[in-house]
Amino acid sequence: MSTETTPATAGAQRPTTVKPVVQPGDRIFAGLAKGAGILILVVLAGVAAFLVAEAAPAFTAPATDIPGGAGFVAYVVPLIFGTLLAAVIALVIATPLAVAVALFITHYAPRRIAQALGYVVDLLAAVPSIVYGLWGAWTLAPATVPLMRWLEANLGFIPLFAGPVSATGRTMLVAGVVLAVMILPIITAVAREVFLQTPRLHEEAALALGATRWEMIRMAVLPFGRSGIISGAMLGLGRALGETMAVAIVLSVSGGITFNLIGNGNPSTIAANIALQFPEASGLGVNVLIASGLVLFLITLAVNSLARYIVNRRREFSGAN
Amino acid sequence: MTVDITKSPERVTAPSPQRRGLARRAQLPRWAVPGGLAASAAVVGLVLALVGFSTGLFVVGTVVLFTAGLYVASRIVEGSRKATDRLVTVIVTSAFGLAVIPLISVICTVVSEGLARFDVEFFSSSMRGVVGEGGGAYHAIVGTLIITGLAALMSIPVGLLTAVYLVEYGKGRLARAITFFVDVMTGIPSIVAGLFAVALFTYLVGPGARFGFAGSVALSVLMIPIVVRATEEMLKIVPNELREAALALGVPKWRVILKVVIPTSIAGIASGITLAIARVIGETAPLLVAVGLTTAMNVNAFDGRMATLPVFSYLSYATPGVPREPYLERAWTAALVLIIIVMVLNLLARLIARVFAPKTR
Repeated sequence: MSTETTPATAGAQRPTTVKPVVQPGDRIFAGLAKGAGILILVVLAGVAAFLVAEAAPAFTAPATDIPGGAGFVAYVVPLIFGTLLAAVIALVIATPLAVAVALFITHYAPRRIAQALGYVVDLLAAVPSIVYGLWGAWTLAPATVPLMRWLEANLGFIPLFAGPVSATGRTMLVAGVVLAVMILPIITAVAREVFLQTPRLHEEAALALGATRWEMIRMAVLPFGRSGIISGAMLGLGRALGETMAVAIVLSVSGGITFNLIGNGNPSTIAANIALQFPEASGLGVNVLIASGLVLFLITLAVNSLARYIVNRRREFSGAN
Repeated sequence: MTVDITKSPERVTAPSPQRRGLARRAQLPRWAVPGGLAASAAVVGLVLALVGFSTGLFVVGTVVLFTAGLYVASRIVEGSRKATDRLVTVIVTSAFGLAVIPLISVICTVVSEGLARFDVEFFSSSMRGVVGEGGGAYHAIVGTLIITGLAALMSIPVGLLTAVYLVEYGKGRLARAITFFVDVMTGIPSIVAGLFAVALFTYLVGPGARFGFAGSVALSVLMIPIVVRATEEMLKIVPNELREAALALGVPKWRVILKVVIPTSIAGIASGITLAIARVIGETAPLLVAVGLTTAMNVNAFDGRMATLPVFSYLSYATPGVPREPYLERAWTAALVLIIIVMVLNLLARLIARVFAPKTR
């Protein structure tokens, strides 16, 4: 527009192109849209800034003032451990199941009802987390006590199932199962998406060479969808790490780091600990909880960025197929 | 393949050598799968009838026995490759069954526990002055609607405009940064969004401030990226020809967007926004830390704590009074109402997408 400021480009274009008419409406609308985009960046920066600002007192306070009396690191490490443990259990259970469900919907179910079955799995994602929490504590936990007794009796030599079994069933294992149910639809959705993108010709070529359906899936579908499965699992992991209410309701907490999944004393998770402690917290206690929330934010940020990185890398390469 | 051949016997009697080679490859009969399933169900049922029956063991035992039997039979008759194929088919199918069990169990539990208090009083009275029996969640339902409504009011314009920017205007570093950070935002744990609202309003108002609008801000942080993603997907699939045709007629770009692009994709956008509302309406954690709970009706989102359905349900369950039963019943009914709202919103979204979809021909 202004020839003085950008003489090179404007001068080069002048002979061939007509200067486009930019109406004020155009400028206002484009500005609004751009402003909304920038607002999102501001909000995210605000999230980080306010969390850091409110968390700072917890980092600088003397160790004896932090709950537990041994400083912030000692306070948060068992919580990080619990968070990771619950999320990893959920991931170990949910990923193979989600891949199988995605395969069922894309390659096994009758074509006509496949979409409806996809909706059913999506409904799992729609159920609010509070409902999963109530269900986990009320229905699932008592129902799994016999199973955990069996695990203790037969697999008790593995430290994971050392017991003694919690009588209420509100254990780390059950919390992991509830989380697995919650992240299953996320992983399934991503896996389903990539399985559907498998080049049709690869599949047909495998079948034409005499492969059975499973051999076709193993040779054509799974290699193509591997990065999708990985990134879906990472997204699920991010969700499981940050899930609050289900864990807060299901898990009966008594601190301490332990790998015993079926016992009474379970480490809490960061998110559940915040939900349980926040209503009664005051003063420095609030700052400590916000600081632990900041730690959670950073962990999920790392996991999600990694997942997105894998997805995007795949997107670049898949254009060649 | 063998099915063809058995159905037309003349082909078998007039064979070409190669075809016979394939046809002779043995295969389990078609009734093997349903028959085997019925047989293993019968066997497991009988065994369990002797040692004590339980539905869970019955289903698991039947599936295990059936899978093992089918695998062995297929391995003997059809060979190992076919057997593996059948094994995987059974595993994949039962995986789907396994995934649906929690959904059914959740719905059954919530409905059976929640129906006890699914009555007029629950929808018409608050918890003001209620100890023990009676009372309801009218105040919580209103609070949920107000807070979610405010969150939607903030998120929808921002989300829509951002998506328009990304699809129609965005180029270069800013657009890439926004795309990346919207992805980052999708991954923010809901409790962290709640803490953000608390930290923000601690800074603005002072410590200990709990009010509805803080909850709306927290929910917006969760909702904006969902709206952006959904809208972006929908805007991207609007065919470029439509934009070019309008631009060629001399329509300014912003009118093209408002009159052509958005109307074409409005069904998908509305459906995506409905799903986004359904996603945040059940959020508990941010509202627990940022809004708290009251027993009385409060319609002013800027002053004092408000009750919301998820928090009402959680606190009734986690910190019941004495006797416990009425509190637990109210918690379950609140969960039931919540699940109904979410399911209705989900159905509505599908309906919108289907009914208002642009006519392609």
